[in-house]
Amino acid sequence: MLNVEIGKLHFKNPLILASGILDEAGETMLRIAKSGAGGIVTKSIGKEPREGYENPVVYELPCGLLNAMGLPNPGIENYEDEIKIAKKGGVPIIGSIFGSNPEEFSYLAKKMEDYGADAVELNLSCPHAKGYGMEVGTDLELVEEIVDSVKREIKIPVWAKLTPNTSNIVEIAKAVENADALVLINTLKAMAIDIDAKRPVLKNVFGGLSGKAIKPIGIRAVYEVYREVGKPIIGVGGIENGRDAIEYIMAGASAVEIGTAIYTRGIGIFKEIAKEMEGWMRKNGYSKISQMVGIAQVR
Amino acid sequence: MMYRVVKIEKIKEETPTIKTFFFKDDSKPKPGQFYMIWLPGVDEFPMSISHIGNKKAFTVKRIGKGTTAMHKLKEGDKLWIRGPYGRGFKIENGYALIIGGGSGMATLGPLIERVEGDIIIAARTKDELLFLDRFKDRNVYIATDDGSAGFKGFATDLAKDMMEKRDYSIIYTCGPEIMMRKIIDMAIERGIKVQASLERLMKCGIGICDSCSINGYRVCVDGPVFSEKELVKMEDLGKYKRDSSGRRVPI
Ligand SMILES: Cc1cc2nc3c(=O)[nH]c(=O)nc-3n(C[C@H](O)[C@H](O)[C@H](O)COP(=O)(O)OP(=O)(O)OC[C@H]3O[C@@H](n4cnc5c(N)ncnc54)[C@H](O)[C@@H]3O)c2cc1C
Ligand SMILES: Cc1cc2nc3c(=O)[nH]c(=O)nc-3n(C[C@H](O)[C@H](O)[C@H](O)COP(=O)(O)O)c2cc1C
Ligand code: FES
Repeated sequence: MLNVEIGKLHFKNPLILASGILDEAGETMLRIAKSGAGGIVTKSIGKEPREGYENPVVYELPCGLLNAMGLPNPGIENYEDEIKIAKKGGVPIIGSIFGSNPEEFSYLAKKMEDYGADAVELNLSCPHAKGYGMEVGTDLELVEEIVDSVKREIKIPVWAKLTPNTSNIVEIAKAVENADALVLINTLKAMAIDIDAKRPVLKNVFGGLSGKAIKPIGIRAVYEVYREVGKPIIGVGGIENGRDAIEYIMAGASAVEIGTAIYTRGIGIFKEIAKEMEGWMRKNGYSKISQMVGIAQVR
Repeated sequence: MMYRVVKIEKIKEETPTIKTFFFKDDSKPKPGQFYMIWLPGVDEFPMSISHIGNKKAFTVKRIGKGTTAMHKLKEGDKLWIRGPYGRGFKIENGYALIIGGGSGMATLGPLIERVEGDIIIAARTKDELLFLDRFKDRNVYIATDDGSAGFKGFATDLAKDMMEKRDYSIIYTCGPEIMMRKIIDMAIERGIKVQASLERLMKCGIGICDSCSINGYRVCVDGPVFSEKELVKMEDLGKYKRDSSGRRVPI
């Protein structure tokens, strides 16, 4: 009932682990796969090992999570084993990568393909790392070049993950139309100040907001892009239960990614949300996810 | 959870490198749980609760930037904390053997107050033995690497002797990982239940960033205290850890 196709990739359910949450080590990803995730996106991996920012890097807010991890990662040359271990879970593994130019992205994508990744996700959207992510992802010409160059380099599908930190996400979505799927959204640039300490909480000052608070923005982004771009969309941002996932699908997503909610509901969340979706679908007469994609669009 | 500010009411010098910071807080931690302490502008790091009850405390060994800054604090200064986090000790029936190496005794303190058993306090040298006075009325055995007090040698050798002389129902340990690995192996070999409190690099403290993971277990949420069923599956324990970038490196 829940199985979906994104291009040539098959998923047993549309609930994919989002990049950056419990997906650095192969064995952790394997555990998530065994806990019912339909697919797994790895932590964003770059060319060199990167320690990330100093603590505090994560802060819990009543409305969600604030993070500025700073793209810590072991570097692509050290990542082969992690992918190989994760692959034992039997679900698609999507290698997330970040770089600052088309050559870097292509190099990383090729490595991911060689390691056995089933697709790559281009992180064009991290809001808090200088020279990467969002700083790359809002330059229309550059993102187009990156996607085209990666597409030429590898045979596995290329997903482009976009930033909501822009006044016009449709414009960026159109620039990356050559990608096989679009992933919307990454975190929103945000910050918190501790008034007793009289200073920003995150060591990096700025971070990205995820979780409950950003769901309406994610829904809007998916809705807008679905109308204008003919590629499958993966919805991300604030999904905590089956109803949230279905909301994204009705806005136009073919599948969803889940991150922050693992913190509120635990690793069992994938199985639980799958059940919640099935229950709702049965009650409302749907037998396939594809029957619901984009049905909330007002034309 | 967001930070709350607590005032340091009393500071006790335990050893040349370890101080205990007493404070009041409404949270209800269990032995073995930890908090994240933020020193604004300096660092944030995990600390076990070392005294539970009305007067709570952290017992902190000076290691690097954060803990050195903490050692400079005075009574009346503030700490920003979030927690308690993680899964603490599960108290088992029967007579226990409790083995604490170095600052590992900080984590075991509240547990020791709640169980019956023999206690091994181990350190490199006499001056670094932690909580000797706190547990002076208990069955304490001492081991120092240099023989400056008690048994001369590693805690593991003393523990082995003691396990041969008496049947323990459960072993609890916290300390250097190599020590814990040996204790765990000995316990499992003899069919004795064992719980160990592990340390890994922590960033989020709430189970999402994967930096503290060991063989698929998150130390911050699934632990920091693990029992034999989980410990036997941890091939990296005592051998590999992950550095700040997530690279798997030898210990
Ligand atoms: C669950 C848990 C409970 C702990 N309880 C105690 C305790 O009761 N008493 C005590 O003295 N020590 C305890 N530690 C170890 C303590 O957290 C480290 O000694 C401390 O983080 C060192 O920080 P630093 O800034 O002084 O060192 P630096 O080397 O400057 O640290 C830099 C960064 O690395 C991290 N880091 C460094 N070493 C460790 C480590 N061993 N474990 C986790 N993170 C580390 C710090 O969080 C910091 O952000 C505990 C560790 C964990 C994981
Ligand atoms: C701690 C943390 C780390 C993240 N790291 C990455 C990353 O490395 N690459 C990336 O593309 N997105 C990263 N993200 C963003 C998530 O993948 C996701 O887009 C965002 O959190 C919204 O989804 P959520 O509300 O379900 O968490 C991270 C998010 C969090 C909370
Ligand atoms: S410290 Fe982040 S998962 Fe444990």
